[in-house]
Amino acid sequence: MKIHEHQARDLLHSYKIPVPPGRMIESVEHAADAFAQAVAGSPTGEVVIKAQVHAGGRGKAGFVKLVKTKEDAVTAAKFMLTNRMKSPQTPPEGLEVKKVLIAQAAEIAKRGASGHEEFYLAITTDRKSRRNILIASREGGVEIEQVAHDRPDAIIKVPLHPLLGLQGFQAREVAFKLGFKGKQINQAVAVMTALSKLFVEKDCTLAEINPLVLTPPTKDHPDGQVIAIDAKFSFDENGLFRHPEIASLADSAEENPAEIRAQKYGLSYVALDGQIGCLVNGAGLAMATMDIIKLEGQKLLDAKGIKDKTIEPANFLDVGGSATEEAVTEAFSIILSDDRVKGIMVNIFGGIMKCDVIAQGIINAARGFKNKDGSTGFKVPLVVRLEGTNVEAGRKLLQDAKGSLPTLQAATDLSDAAKKVVAAVAG
Amino acid sequence: MAILIDANTKVLCQGITGSFGAVHTKGCFLYGTKMAGGVTPGKGGTKDANGLPIFDTVAQAVRETGASATMIFVPPAFTADAILEAADAGIRVICAITEGVPVQDMIRVRSVLDELNGGAETSASKRKFVLVGPNCPGVITPGPRTNMNSTTGEPGAPFTNAGCKIGIMPGYINTHVSQSKRGKAIGIVSRSGTLTYEAVWQTSNLGFGQSTCVGIGGDPVRGLNHIDCLELFADDPETHGILMIGEIGGSDEIDAAKWIEANRKSGRLKKPVAGFIAGRTAPPGRRMGHAGAIIGGADDTADAKIAALKAAGVSVAMSPADMGSAMLSAMGGS
Repeated sequence: MKIHEHQARDLLHSYKIPVPPGRMIESVEHAADAFAQAVAGSPTGEVVIKAQVHAGGRGKAGFVKLVKTKEDAVTAAKFMLTNRMKSPQTPPEGLEVKKVLIAQAAEIAKRGASGHEEFYLAITTDRKSRRNILIASREGGVEIEQVAHDRPDAIIKVPLHPLLGLQGFQAREVAFKLGFKGKQINQAVAVMTALSKLFVEKDCTLAEINPLVLTPPTKDHPDGQVIAIDAKFSFDENGLFRHPEIASLADSAEENPAEIRAQKYGLSYVALDGQIGCLVNGAGLAMATMDIIKLEGQKLLDAKGIKDKTIEPANFLDVGGSATEEAVTEAFSIILSDDRVKGIMVNIFGGIMKCDVIAQGIINAARGFKNKDGSTGFKVPLVVRLEGTNVEAGRKLLQDAKGSLPTLQAATDLSDAAKKVVAAVAG
Repeated sequence: MAILIDANTKVLCQGITGSFGAVHTKGCFLYGTKMAGGVTPGKGGTKDANGLPIFDTVAQAVRETGASATMIFVPPAFTADAILEAADAGIRVICAITEGVPVQDMIRVRSVLDELNGGAETSASKRKFVLVGPNCPGVITPGPRTNMNSTTGEPGAPFTNAGCKIGIMPGYINTHVSQSKRGKAIGIVSRSGTLTYEAVWQTSNLGFGQSTCVGIGGDPVRGLNHIDCLELFADDPETHGILMIGEIGGSDEIDAAKWIEANRKSGRLKKPVAGFIAGRTAPPGRRMGHAGAIIGGADDTADAKIAALKAAGVSVAMSPADMGSAMLSAMGGS
């Protein structure tokens, strides 16, 4: 689960990691006020206006603006709140922006002739060593993946003890390597320590500050200040049960509505771009079903000499081990809500899941499904492969309900099912 | 004796009075597993529907039954505690079936178990405690079918008296080597539950038996991984071929490929290995059901894993329908 930048700032603030003053607004009428608050005490007189969406590419899309006047602030906020943001990371139709962050633009100390004191700091879990690791670099403010690729030496990695977390000596060593001096060292150590504490306490999968910056010296801070400008967090969904305050930050506007609907029924659903809907039990088998659809689809197209078409899965859908008939019915309705779906493959290997429950769910779904023209029942080809627990009962239920399932084809095994469904869709 | 568990393994269920725990205790009991009882704090002294004794603590259950394996069905919030309680009571094979355990819990639990085992590098066969899962279907060492109904051909209860099933796998699709057409047993290791069943089904249909099937689970931080199981199967005289089923995310399968290459050279691994990797069509950055199945970098894609396994001489099925036939061709059969 991801959160917005303004929420990330609040989270950092609650762990005493300094962030520039700022405020989130949801209506343009608050823009002038928010600008006045942010600009007060600013060394540069500059304020940054940022659209609050999870997708990246905001800057290039014009949804991050640096302004110096109240008028410009209002104009920028109004633009963001009334236009959809389009970037390579958003859907083609763009995203509606409902929240805008208005914050003081921090002044960043110079590094050398033309550089700035910008750093990268993150904590994530390294699966291989089964440890949380702190990742830091002197080259902040840019894509860290690029830095890691071009100059792996510029990346510092420190494993955290599974029970003790980040130790003071480790944080100091990182601070020295990043080039901090004097009073900056303790400030940087405090930020790292707080971030690692936050990471574990809130069950994060990623806690990233990019950039972490050093401000120029002032009378109050002769060595400058170490502050966080932007932050990204993602959280372990399995840990949310113990953090209701984090769970409440989820923004449903940022998620696919069909995926949210699926969650309510305990279904794991991911929308994809193809034309064959899949309903499977088990995540591994669901992925494998997607794979075999694409594989058999390609084989068929090759055999027919068709080059300008692809046959691909329309979704990932794992009904889980304990789905009810209602959940199966809901799964069909979610799959068929996508107009691109031209065929459905059901692939069930019953372990905990009983084949007769699935069969009854299919029958109920078909009988209750309303088409746009007012008729009921499935119009798209439906290929069903059942195996495992209560398979005979399941097959009999489907056979007996043949009248309600005119497009049903029973498959004998996985490969038979995939071949039948791609053939039906290819026409 | 296959690997990890055999017909004599006495098994507990932690969370035996929960709905899942109760259903699967019965399933294992009917399969013929030597279920020794279960644990639900506060219900000690009572019996479950199968007449199995229920204890308040794992330590008490071990003292009174001599159990050496456990399957954990408690809710995710209590799973870490249940694993550590089992280890503290001296149980060696700990299968955590529960789905949805927080990653940070597993980091702490693994670190404690690694410490007890003498370090993270201790090989699976030498570990004092072997954790399987969480978020896994369990482990099964099939036994020959007994008590078959002579008219329907369906097994009665107990299904077998020489096998052991721990967890939620359907038992009846497995074949004991003594009843297999080819007289060869396959060891199966997989990150996915239902894909394991598919593999068992295909190998059984092609005339193989299974020595042991281990569902290692789909979580990013877990107990046994592919390498551990490859090692156990490589050294097990009752396993004749190995089928490993992986998926996108993490580097487990790449590590396995390196292990296979190195141990072929050293002569420790003499058995044919076949494999399948799920998720070639999965888009990067999206979680495909399993918490561990997210493509992050270049090395954890299905294609990178397939290439590494092929380079290590593994017979890789490109379609999930061909897992059994990939194993067959690796075994030199047709």
